[in-house]
Amino acid sequence: MGESSLKDLIGRLRKLDERYLYSILAALVVLFPWIVRSVRWIQVVNFFFVYALLGLSLNIILGYAGLFQLGHAAFYAVGAYTTAILSSRYDIPTFWLLPVAGLLSAVFAILISRPILHLRGDYLCIVTIGFGEIVRIALRNDASSLVFLSKIPGLQFLEEKLTGLVITGGPNGIFGINRPAILGFTFRQQWHYYYLFLAFVVFTVFAMRRLENSRLGRAWTCVREDELAAETMGIDTVRVKLLAFAIGAAWAGVAGNLYASWVTVIAPESFSFWESVIMFCIVVLGGTGSIPGVLVGTVGMVVLPEILREVLLNIQQWRMLLFGAAMVIMMVFRPEGLWPSQRFRRQLELAKEAVGSE
Amino acid sequence: MGQLVQQLINGLTIGSFYALIALGYTMVYGVLKLINFAHGDLFMLGAYLGLVTLMGVVVNLGAPASLLLLLLIFLIVMALVAGIGIVLERVAYRPLYQAGRLPSIVSALGASIFLQNGVMLLYGARYRTYPEEFKVIVPDVIWEIGGARVALIQLLMLVIAALLMAGLYFFVQYTRVGTAMRAVALDHDTASLMGIDVYRIIMLVFLIGPALGGAGGMMVGLYYGRIYFTLGWSYGLKAFTAAILGGIGNIPGAMIGGLILGLIEALATGFVSDAWKNAIAFFVLVLILIFKPRGLLGERVAEKL
Amino acid sequence: MALLEVRNLTKRFGGLTAVDRLDFEVNDGEILGMIGPNGAGKTTVFNLISGIYPPDEGEIRLNGQNLLGLRPHLITEQGIGRTFQTIRLFRNLTVMENVMAGRHCRTRAGWLAAILQPQSQQLEEQRIREEAERHLRFMKLYEQRAELAKNLPYGDQRRLEIARALAIDPQLLVLDEPAAGLNEQETNELMQLISQVRGSGITIFLIEHDMKVVMGISDRIIVLDNGKKIAEGTPAEVRGNPRVVEAYLGKEE
Repeated sequence: MGESSLKDLIGRLRKLDERYLYSILAALVVLFPWIVRSVRWIQVVNFFFVYALLGLSLNIILGYAGLFQLGHAAFYAVGAYTTAILSSRYDIPTFWLLPVAGLLSAVFAILISRPILHLRGDYLCIVTIGFGEIVRIALRNDASSLVFLSKIPGLQFLEEKLTGLVITGGPNGIFGINRPAILGFTFRQQWHYYYLFLAFVVFTVFAMRRLENSRLGRAWTCVREDELAAETMGIDTVRVKLLAFAIGAAWAGVAGNLYASWVTVIAPESFSFWESVIMFCIVVLGGTGSIPGVLVGTVGMVVLPEILREVLLNIQQWRMLLFGAAMVIMMVFRPEGLWPSQRFRRQLELAKEAVGSE
Repeated sequence: MGQLVQQLINGLTIGSFYALIALGYTMVYGVLKLINFAHGDLFMLGAYLGLVTLMGVVVNLGAPASLLLLLLIFLIVMALVAGIGIVLERVAYRPLYQAGRLPSIVSALGASIFLQNGVMLLYGARYRTYPEEFKVIVPDVIWEIGGARVALIQLLMLVIAALLMAGLYFFVQYTRVGTAMRAVALDHDTASLMGIDVYRIIMLVFLIGPALGGAGGMMVGLYYGRIYFTLGWSYGLKAFTAAILGGIGNIPGAMIGGLILGLIEALATGFVSDAWKNAIAFFVLVLILIFKPRGLLGERVAEKL
Repeated sequence: MALLEVRNLTKRFGGLTAVDRLDFEVNDGEILGMIGPNGAGKTTVFNLISGIYPPDEGEIRLNGQNLLGLRPHLITEQGIGRTFQTIRLFRNLTVMENVMAGRHCRTRAGWLAAILQPQSQQLEEQRIREEAERHLRFMKLYEQRAELAKNLPYGDQRRLEIARALAIDPQLLVLDEPAAGLNEQETNELMQLISQVRGSGITIFLIEHDMKVVMGISDRIIVLDNGKKIAEGTPAEVRGNPRVVEAYLGKEE
């Protein structure tokens, strides 16, 4: 059967001396901009990097801690808009804003997640969708739209302050964001950004690996498995869940900073529910909780459509339709994702066995 | 004062649309503990199918435009959407019942995207209108009550919605099949031990829910005159809010939740701010889930610690 | 010397009084058994001690320290480890990982230490592993340490839950029907194990239906019926108590 010979091939690939494979891979990755000289494709890979960061950040919340989060774009937006506003208005260098973006996203995440931590799976999902939409609407409406609040007795002074007040730039967003600059060098070309983003992704993968196998990582897994048992075994589940949200959000905020300084123009529509869906699918379709899974998922959700666009030009119209169908088909035939984490695969195998024996 | 009454009436009208859609969400969730993300798009399909059928029958076939014909077309549209609902369950949901929550969510999202873009490809990305010809079916009569203006069409929509909801309520409360549905919603295993065919019930739920949603869609089309392929998204999430407000899984709850949400939205549009009206609806959703996740009439949803 | 003091403990669920003005102590170093017919409120008492829900009235003190209002993880940190009637292991984690989880509240490395991995964190991780292995060997589960918890045979799962609770380094070990579902040999091994645990300085409070176990290893026994304490004393005293016999209608295993 095709399925098993593919598995054989992958098995053999995996057994090949890992270091050999990794060196080749590393060389390819480092030399990529020189090998593929097309600006367009380097740009595509840059998109891959940004979404990989977002996927990895969501993986902490969704994959490790098992918290259903379908509003992740909100954290991305906080980081991006913080960078955009402070950079375009006060001319602060974007690199300095990296920690600011991360910190603000984390604080925001803690504030909004604290009241909803007690919710069960699906409900948490819906609340996060709600939060995501509220953030997007707020960004689109801008501060001036809050003028109606001055109708409340006692708040008349707001009318003067809020009329015409522009913070987020409304539906058109913000332009003129500074490009990142360090020691006199400004990142301008796509291939400059390529190495910058690559460095971030490599660091992120490295850090995630360590988190995964740490005391905190184990705590997340326990909370995901059985929250009551985890709490009774001495794990502060509230703290652990808040940390998941905070760290996941901080990273998304950092991704937002990088994105803003890359495209230099941002608008609310880049942070819509659809974006959250993409991130969610990257994690689940790739393999929930698995780092290679998230990377593969990002390839599938971001790079593949671009490749298809080149190869099958007239597919454009049908792109989204096929996308939706592909999502359904993928889940029906491989619910554990493309590169599942060891745990999840075992869980599903045993679930299937249980059904089979009924 | 007239403003208030006006908004109240508008609110009830919008509310009954939300209620019809919310019923679909709540029934599916009650029986499967699954959020049917594609449900809003089934509602949207109802709007488009209604348009297409009306056009086909009235404009192309030249059938006399009458109230009876309209009601007949309602039934046809409901049946069509119900059929699609069943296919949806079979293809996108049933294979995943054992696989856990996450794959089901992604599959539902995928189905939603598929339906939305399918409609966009078939009928275009711009909005479509329910043609003027239909005005003869429901004459543009408007009454003045207490300083507010009530249109005949509004009244008609309210009546149809009320009939549908009453019908569902009696079905669920007083028939054997309805009781079986409530049993399955409580506990699959026990229900099947009692001799209930759980899959049959699930199919039934995917028949009734989408049918009601489809009816709602056609009503929205007739009422507002303008439909677009993202209708499912904008109405869907709010209808889901309504279902949660009333207590998800609870059928009378969905009806009440829909009406209340419609009222909140109308009052927000009239007295607060149009730009923020969706955000206010979501805010209501968030508040309910934080403080009273059961909703007004529903079940426990928070983790016990 | 009382390690755990329970005074006037009351819990109502709607109209039902599950625990009714319960008064008892668990003395340092002893094995206290709690028996009673089904529905007597025994597991509810355990849940109240663990902090899973708050009592309506009464006090619970560990070493004189009031436990009321504390969240379960803090109570565990104070030194109470427990097992569950229905076995709540982390099913998709390995045996080793389950026991390591017990070390969480005794260790400190946070997210920053996890990423940076300073010397102190690496040492801590090593110690966590060593401690976990020690407890696994004690419970005779070391061989299965890489096995997933859900794949273990039933008897081993029960022992694993105890191992996990022991990893917390508790002063008080609370066991909810540890012998349920075990065969005769496993039951005997369990009794030995519990004695050894007590021997290492840990106080034990257990619920059990298997009379051989309770009577065999408990220093003292309290008897619950309908939420109230109806008897208290040594196994011999309790066995002969007519009220106890009446509550059970002469049931004895």
